[in-house]
Amino acid sequence: MPREFLEGNHAMAEAAIRAGVQAYFGYPITPQTELLEHFSQRMPELGRVFLQAESEVAAINMVYGAACTGARVMSSSSSPGVSLMMEGLSYIAGTEVPVVLIDVVRGGPGLGNIAPSQGDYNQIVHGGGHGDYHPIVLAPSTVQEAIDLTVLAFDLAEKYRAIVIVMADGNIGQIMEPAELPPMRPLRTEYPDWAVRGTSGRERRFLTSIYIDPVDEEVTNFRLMQTWNQIQANEVRYKEYFMDDAEIVVVGYGTAGRVALSAVRSARLEGIKAGLFRPVSLSPYPYAQLEALVGGARAFLVTEMSAGQMLDDVLKAVKGRVPVEYYGRMGGMVPFPDEILAEIQRISREPLTVTFDPRQGWMKRFAPIVEAEKSRN
Amino acid sequence: MESTPQAQIVYQRPRSLASTPTSYCPGCTHGVAHRLVAEVLDEMELRERTIGVAPVGCSVFAYKFFDFDFVEAAHGRAPAMATGIKRLLPDRVVFTYQGDGDLASIGMAEIMHAAGRGENITVIFINNAIFGMTGGQMAPTTLPGQKTTSSPTGRDVEQMGYPLHMSEILSTLDGAGYVVRRSLHDPKNIRMAKKAIRLAFETQVRGLGFSMVELLSTCSTNWGMTPLDSLRWLEERMIPVYPIQDFKVVQALAELRL
Repeated sequence: MPREFLEGNHAMAEAAIRAGVQAYFGYPITPQTELLEHFSQRMPELGRVFLQAESEVAAINMVYGAACTGARVMSSSSSPGVSLMMEGLSYIAGTEVPVVLIDVVRGGPGLGNIAPSQGDYNQIVHGGGHGDYHPIVLAPSTVQEAIDLTVLAFDLAEKYRAIVIVMADGNIGQIMEPAELPPMRPLRTEYPDWAVRGTSGRERRFLTSIYIDPVDEEVTNFRLMQTWNQIQANEVRYKEYFMDDAEIVVVGYGTAGRVALSAVRSARLEGIKAGLFRPVSLSPYPYAQLEALVGGARAFLVTEMSAGQMLDDVLKAVKGRVPVEYYGRMGGMVPFPDEILAEIQRISREPLTVTFDPRQGWMKRFAPIVEAEKSRN
Repeated sequence: MESTPQAQIVYQRPRSLASTPTSYCPGCTHGVAHRLVAEVLDEMELRERTIGVAPVGCSVFAYKFFDFDFVEAAHGRAPAMATGIKRLLPDRVVFTYQGDGDLASIGMAEIMHAAGRGENITVIFINNAIFGMTGGQMAPTTLPGQKTTSSPTGRDVEQMGYPLHMSEILSTLDGAGYVVRRSLHDPKNIRMAKKAIRLAFETQVRGLGFSMVELLSTCSTNWGMTPLDSLRWLEERMIPVYPIQDFKVVQALAELRL
């Protein structure tokens, strides 16, 4: 297929269509509304299902019902809307039906704003809904990767009967850049043996997340964990840049990872041995691959568009063996490459110690920037 | 010449009901409602292409009692889940079975918008004026003055508001094709309820929009009454507040002769 100049939200919607999505249910919320609008035009003209729901609560429950028919289905939203979907996601996880969700993360907490953020990390990666379950979470850093991961999301969701969330941010959703869409896949004509489609010619089926006997629920939880173990073994994804001889390992994902790559390139021009480790699957997280870098690293620098949420996962991998430093922007602010470069430069010249909570040092260094923001009016 | 007496089956379990022991309390009318739905689906030969959506509440286990495909929704979300199924499988018959807490309290947005869209699904709405499963708390349909475990001195409308009349509310929406209220307190009303359930499914099969049958029902356990007193209380106290009436019947249905 030819490369086209594509906006992230439109590109993800079209990628889902080409991956064979049969139904989309959603609700308008910035900065992901272009997804909804793209589906509203394309799905009816292809004879597929599009419905604008009355809320994100309804949208995810429509997706839940549609997924029970064994069809390829999805929704998309942004942070406050995804919060509303957490109930439905827990039911979907408990029922073990495949669903794809795109979260174009915006600044928070609360109503926050419509600027790019990564503040949903903990909610998306480490839970959100009630009960024991793990979604697969994929984080693109370019429009091309957003397309590729959206297609992959459907295959993984069906392979594991699991929820797959493409966690983009407002920047990935709104940016335009050249990218290549995949060819159109044919829609499915056969349905899995658990699908609820009417009992014609077979025994009745039911799909539920209720296991009123705790023994049955424990068996279900164990099965979910077995599936999760398979996912952890097979579906870890990440990218490394300039890592061969890197002494300073920068860790960032999505837009923060992309900005960090610019900073790492600049550091290399100055002769600083920096490299970038960019997790693509945030869940399962590439703990082992990150841990393998500890031996050759002098220090780690974690960078996020949030207050150090993924940082905890890096600390878990590094286990206190080398210093881990943190630099983040919050509330919809996106770091410039120069900011991350300054941190790489600082780490390259300063003696560092292992600290329990790298956020404390970051907040001290970051306070003057916030003071300047407070006095800008 | 003597005629040989012939054995004739006059009553049996409908094909659409599973052979599952009931988990409902003695005196509860859920069983009657289940049976009426099953009889209608059998008569219309819809069992093999019907998908039920169970609620949260006492009828959370509805899927055990019906012998066809079922899903189990989150509390109040059955109309949204049914929408998802119906949009993917428009030639199947999709119905929700919901209580008053599920439909009129937590699920108000989902039921309103399903009706407003004219979603071609059928809703069986059990109104027994109380939360049954959690042990008898006040519902949106609890009568003024009615004592429950969360309105121990009686529902004070100044503090706790007034009962919601869901059939009346939903019948005002253009998407509604058939919205009626019936009762399960005596044989005559049960027969009327069955006919209404039939018309509700006819509404769906004919693509005439959203259909709902509200069924006034008893909850002897949480009302703290004998089954017989419960039936009397329903008749004497509930019907004046919730009149048995056709609220919306589209013309095509009104002309239907079955």
